[in-house]
Amino acid sequence: MWRYGTVTALIDETPHAKTIELEVPDWPGHAAGQHVDVRLTADDGYQAQRSYSIASAPEEPRLALTVERIDDGEVSPYLTGELRLGDELELRGPIGGHFTWRADDDGPLLLIAGGSGLVPLMAMLRHRAARSSEVDARLLVSARSLDDALYRDELETLAASDGVLLHHTFTREPPVGWTGFARRIDADMLRAVGPSPTARPRIFVCGPTAFVERADDLLVELGHDPATIRSERFGPTGG
Amino acid sequence: MARISRGFHGRRPEVDPDRVPPGQYVTQDFPVLSAGPTPHTPLDEWSFSILGAVEKPVNWLWDEFKALPSETFTADIHCVTKWSKLDTTWTGVSLDTLLEQAEPKAKFVLAFCDGGYTTNVPLADLLGGRAWIAYEYDGQPLEPEHGGPARLLVPHLYFWKSAKWVRGIELHDHDEPGFWERYGYHNYGDPWKEQRYWND
Ligand SMILES: Cc1cc2nc3c(=O)[nH]c(=O)nc-3n(C[C@H](O)[C@H](O)[C@H](O)COP(=O)(O)OP(=O)(O)OC[C@H]3O[C@@H](n4cnc5c(N)ncnc54)[C@H](O)[C@@H]3O)c2cc1C
Repeated sequence: MWRYGTVTALIDETPHAKTIELEVPDWPGHAAGQHVDVRLTADDGYQAQRSYSIASAPEEPRLALTVERIDDGEVSPYLTGELRLGDELELRGPIGGHFTWRADDDGPLLLIAGGSGLVPLMAMLRHRAARSSEVDARLLVSARSLDDALYRDELETLAASDGVLLHHTFTREPPVGWTGFARRIDADMLRAVGPSPTARPRIFVCGPTAFVERADDLLVELGHDPATIRSERFGPTGG
Repeated sequence: MARISRGFHGRRPEVDPDRVPPGQYVTQDFPVLSAGPTPHTPLDEWSFSILGAVEKPVNWLWDEFKALPSETFTADIHCVTKWSKLDTTWTGVSLDTLLEQAEPKAKFVLAFCDGGYTTNVPLADLLGGRAWIAYEYDGQPLEPEHGGPARLLVPHLYFWKSAKWVRGIELHDHDEPGFWERYGYHNYGDPWKEQRYWND
């Protein structure tokens, strides 16, 4: 069943990514980590569909998507460049039930994001905050530069007030004076972020395919039980 | 009828509607999708079994499996996440060849895999030269991220049915939904009917 959401806000997250807030009148609710399919229709009937993770917590009144612009893409340039307040967006969902976390599922939580792979993990952290969950949660975000890192201020706040252990790694241009990680993820980094495999964390890894493959392999090598690792691979090309 | 998205023109790739199901677009890439880490099973620990409601349960070790009569075939594949890839070439053993030896006594199949993935397919869809256990892609051993050492290949259904890292199939009297089918994906998954989710 396709639904229509009305765009109520458009927020610049980075120079390449926008959050689209939608009012969806008959939204049935979702779990953190699920996604929607978005369908665009041209005036001659031509259609294109892509999947976008839900960024907002189930507790929030509006549905939020965060879309990163792929310059030669078909759908993301439209969503980040053409869409205006008051436009209607056709969507279907929520979809997916594997890559989800509910505050009642306990922890500890280990969240590993590459690029826009942060979006569904952010929904989990927002849900954790909305439910005042005190589950041990650790987040490792890999981004090219500070400019590419999504939700930075909100993450700092969650780290300061809500006990989320936050790590960024900047793979291309670390900010001047940066003392944190500045390389692609590796075993030492994952060991430092923790928790150890003996704590049996629930692990969620999301990002571009190559990033997820690498992170998952490292986690298994470190001794994490593959059954505790859930991954979502974004693209390329929509898959 | 969907409402028009103001200002959307699309890229309008030329697709052949006889080959590309509705809602799909053609890609030259080979995207990877799976729900967890890529398993790496050494070939000397690999086997393929046919179990459950069969006259003769069968189990092949890797070398035995590779010695079975194989076929090289070309097919179009369609992923539920909207990409299609045309003219992909694979080598593997036809399910007709495999099932002949086991003599199925039931109509429903659940494929099982390293990593715990499962998917269900009606037996009829695995017969008649429409399904294989493939171990080569484009003349090369199948890469682990694409399901190597071997994957089920049922090109006429959405690609999640073509279970990666497959280790066997189980015959059942009753249909039993597999991994994605329990998470809201369509029980059958015909791309030409856009059977993506439960109520399609
Ligand atoms: C379950 C799921 C959830 C997703 N959630 C989000 C999300 O929250 N935010 C988000 O921005 N995207 C998300 N994506 C990716 C999204 O669906 C699209 O693939 C992406 O927006 C590009 O679409 P496009 O039409 O602009 O580009 P296309 O026209 O599909 O592709 C154009 C070019 O960009 C390349 N490309 C496509 N996708 C990517 C990519 N992800 N990274 C690098 N290169 C790419 C292609 O290879 C191609 O060369 C998700 C994907 C999945 C499967």
